[in-house]
Amino acid sequence: MIDVQQVTKRYGQHTALDRVTFRVAKGEVLAFLGPNGAGKTTTMRILTCFMPATEGSARVAGFDCLDQPLEVKRRIGYLPETPPVYQELTVSEYLTFVGRLRGLGGKKLSAAKDREVQRLGLGQVRHRLIGNLSRGYRQRVGLAQALLHDPEVLILDEPTVGLDPKQIIEIRELIKSLAGSHSVILSTHILPEATAVCQRVVIISGGRIVAEDTPEQLSARLRQSDKVSITLKHPPMDAAEQIKSVVGVQNVFPGGSTGTYLLECSLGHDAREEIARLAVTQGWGLLELKSISMTLEDVFLQLTRHEEDLPSDGGPATDRLATALSQSMEQSI
Amino acid sequence: MTPVATMIAKELRSYFVSPVVYVVGAVFLSIVGLISYLYIVFAGAQAIQLMQVQGGMAQLNLNDLVFRNLFSSIRFVLLLTLPILTMRLFAEERKLRTFEFLMTSPIGINEIVTGKFMSVFLVFLGLLGLTGLIPLVLSLFSDFEWYPILTGYLGLALLGALFLSVGILASALTENQIVAAFLSFGILLLFWLLAGLGSLLGDTALGQTISYLSFMEHFDHLVRGLIDTKDLVYFFSGLVLMLFLTHRVVEAARWR
Repeated sequence: MIDVQQVTKRYGQHTALDRVTFRVAKGEVLAFLGPNGAGKTTTMRILTCFMPATEGSARVAGFDCLDQPLEVKRRIGYLPETPPVYQELTVSEYLTFVGRLRGLGGKKLSAAKDREVQRLGLGQVRHRLIGNLSRGYRQRVGLAQALLHDPEVLILDEPTVGLDPKQIIEIRELIKSLAGSHSVILSTHILPEATAVCQRVVIISGGRIVAEDTPEQLSARLRQSDKVSITLKHPPMDAAEQIKSVVGVQNVFPGGSTGTYLLECSLGHDAREEIARLAVTQGWGLLELKSISMTLEDVFLQLTRHEEDLPSDGGPATDRLATALSQSMEQSI
Repeated sequence: MTPVATMIAKELRSYFVSPVVYVVGAVFLSIVGLISYLYIVFAGAQAIQLMQVQGGMAQLNLNDLVFRNLFSSIRFVLLLTLPILTMRLFAEERKLRTFEFLMTSPIGINEIVTGKFMSVFLVFLGLLGLTGLIPLVLSLFSDFEWYPILTGYLGLALLGALFLSVGILASALTENQIVAAFLSFGILLLFWLLAGLGSLLGDTALGQTISYLSFMEHFDHLVRGLIDTKDLVYFFSGLVLMLFLTHRVVEAARWR
């Protein structure tokens, strides 16, 4: 449905996007994850034909964004970062304007308006001026605008910003319900949102795609081994060797401070009990023993923060992911 | 509704819910009303003088004494007021980020520019139409030629259209409304002053070219009751050029 091939965007000397390539299948929900300034909005602007790419091609529903922008625009519902609302219009007038711009009229238009007002809970504010509405309502009006003509492709730039927790859940449910019938790209810097709503996650940083996978797979990679950290008061010289002899412990790394070690244990084999017994019987003075849970958040931070340290020739995303993981592990000690 | 009609309806709605049209309209109409009152009083004073000199009833030419002066004054008032009407058209869209929405809607830039121009032109025609009360009321009490008044109104409509198109171009160039308004004042004043420069250079080719570029001479012909194709071509080509430039500027605004 969406096919982005080797898209590069430069603003003068600055490269905002560097050979970005990804696809979104029909009915799929894709999260675009990245810190501010990573190139999320630029990608979306290229897909919505707001600006052309410097190099590469972007196609939506089979139409090229550069050659047939009107065809692309007809098939896209777009919610920019700032909800594009006219403050001097009422919600109803605004939706009428939007619908007519997209070729809706008469009964079809009023049916579409009723559907979105209902779906986004705008009934109470329908006849109020948008300028007098709160941020959350404006955001919902913006979403109603994007959904109004029931487009095949939805592009949502941080759709849940400015909403309260209850509304966030509602909007996420709404987006989930759109999967299957609509292709959705949503950008966010909130990880749980990506995992909660999306079938696939693209992590972008510094204009490049650094990882792309399903949320489950990304987490699965983390769980190749369980990590445990241990802190001892009186560690013997050969503590690392002795700990390693415990069944299930694969690797032992000395930690940042003295007496702290990071253990890599084989998956599904909790060695903590055995290690504790060993430490107590040997009189090492066990101060702390905990398993380290690495969340997707850690990976994300690593992937995006250490971008410069990673191989810049852009090796396979999995390699970089692995590098990031090991860095993250060392840091979490 | 066609996309252009949709744009016009939306822009008109925006104009009339904001105070801008009411303030601009009130100021414009009261100034024009005051000016015409003054011209009429002066004309009356001259009539009394003439009567004293010539004795009996003096025949006053209201077309010369009132309307030609009035149209020239309205020209100046338009220069001051129309940029206020146009300044929001694109600058506001860019400031409030609705520009991105418009550009990603399935509507061409042509249609956006045309719709915006037509809406502000309609507002302007409405205001101009209200000044039509002045000749209508005067016609109850005196005799004058209607023909030069109608061509004068044609001149004002064309001049207004040109001013508005300059204003739209200025509005597309910036996201600051004050800058947009000031820019269109500047451009319009410059074209006003070109007339003076042209007459200074006299009958040379350069002088004539510069005079042609200024709207003053073309407008004067219409006010005097002359409908010349050359003047109509000037106004229409100027209008089309300004709207075309606006199109280019809007198009280019996406690339940055």
